[in-house]
Amino acid sequence: MSDPRYTPLRERHEALGASFTDFGGWQMPVRYTSDLAEHHAVRQAAGIFDISHMAEFLVTGESAAAFLDYALAGRLSTMAVGKAKYSLILSESGGIVDDVIVYRLAEDRYLVIANAGNRGFVDQAFASRVRSFPSLIERQGPARAEGEERSFAGFLGDRGVDVEDVSDTYALIAVQGPAAEAIVSATAGITDLGTPWADQKYYAWADAFFLGEPLLIARTGYTGEDGFELLVRAEDAGALWDAVVTAGAEHGLVPAGLAARDTLRLEAGMPLYGHELTRETKPAQAGLGRVVVSDKESFIGKDALFSVPEPDEGSDAPVLVGLVAEGKRAGRAGYAVVDADGTALGEITSGALSPTLGHPIAMAYLDPSSAEEGTAVFLDVRGTKIPATVTALPFYRRTK
Amino acid sequence: MTDLSALKYTDEHEWIAGSGDTLTIGITDYAAEKLGDVVFVELPAVGTELTAGAVVGEIESTKSVGELYAPVAGTVVEINDAVVDDPSLVNAEPFEGGWLIKVSVADGAIDGLLDRDAYVALTEG
Repeated sequence: MSDPRYTPLRERHEALGASFTDFGGWQMPVRYTSDLAEHHAVRQAAGIFDISHMAEFLVTGESAAAFLDYALAGRLSTMAVGKAKYSLILSESGGIVDDVIVYRLAEDRYLVIANAGNRGFVDQAFASRVRSFPSLIERQGPARAEGEERSFAGFLGDRGVDVEDVSDTYALIAVQGPAAEAIVSATAGITDLGTPWADQKYYAWADAFFLGEPLLIARTGYTGEDGFELLVRAEDAGALWDAVVTAGAEHGLVPAGLAARDTLRLEAGMPLYGHELTRETKPAQAGLGRVVVSDKESFIGKDALFSVPEPDEGSDAPVLVGLVAEGKRAGRAGYAVVDADGTALGEITSGALSPTLGHPIAMAYLDPSSAEEGTAVFLDVRGTKIPATVTALPFYRRTK
Repeated sequence: MTDLSALKYTDEHEWIAGSGDTLTIGITDYAAEKLGDVVFVELPAVGTELTAGAVVGEIESTKSVGELYAPVAGTVVEINDAVVDDPSLVNAEPFEGGWLIKVSVADGAIDGLLDRDAYVALTEG
């Protein structure tokens, strides 16, 4: 194992007395005081999270849009500049290499935010996909190659796309909760806002400056609340953290750690890579079939998911469901889900006593025959069978 | 405030108070902090005969599950209903309102426990 990594905000977390935990090779704050208090603050006011461990890739070039249509499961070429989209990186066999959010920065420029633990795999996937991506001359045909625009680069197989891992250049700070807009809009040092705060839409981004340097403000998050993710130069991360904390004081903003982030995303029914999503998981199993655009000409993973002999539809592969139970004892990742006779139906991938709802919730992969909403099942909680019911995701939806 | 140096400890992070034939048992502040916010506590019923070293209960936080080990052999004579109703007492007052069970011991023999210095050395090691 390599040495644990720390984000540029390490000193802030230590000064706040955070407990740290390993996450994807990073030492990250798991909680500052109480993970329940941090969870409730995000639901009722706001929380500030350091998510600088996440990986960022810039995809640029005249073929960037076509490349992402080829390299990812979704259609990114038709997304407007200023928007963001959830997508998947699939393996050749149709499994999930990572789930990502893609931001279109310009016609020929995209930002891809990937999971910290998958940074190396995503980097490798992009590198090999740049190589296998048809070159400009192959895509545009000889007509162009013989015309005036023929270029030496074209004959060398120029892909028209470049992918750069910029994770170490930037820090990422999330401000999440109903008070998030009030807080970021009052944060000192943010200037030259490209889009007024109130006009910034969910799953869109705005450009701005912080202390005179470019700042990307994305209205995205992983908590089920309104909020922002701020991409800032690593050297300015501490100053931005301080400025947001100062602005948030009167709004009930608290620093929140990974423990709260996990219970918040679980309530919101959002998958966590390594739990709900793996290389063995097909998108449809995870309820993410809609993310895959099957009528794209060609993309990595298409042949495996849509070939005629082995259609993905109608398979008996386990599917992701929500489970709710009564009482206080939570089913946790790895626990079995069984029927009344004790026969295994599947396995929990994430579970907790929901801080907001007050009862146990879990996500689990179950046999399709038991996956229908309302099905009564049991959680095997260390030998005790706890009754549970299959339910639709998410468990929690904010009121707008 | 409890005099922590007057307590005995186990390497499973329980504390034991008292020196007569009834001992009070809880988990330490260190254990509570490691667990995170405690949201569920399952304790043995009054009258349960404890075998030293056996698992007799569970302490669940939002993130994990901790087991309560019997630090001594004896009989459970009282459980803390307040902590069952409000498990956050384990975090807020681990050595006071967050106590878990009271155990009657046969002859007061509670060998093999750690004193405060030894326990602190364990948690700092």
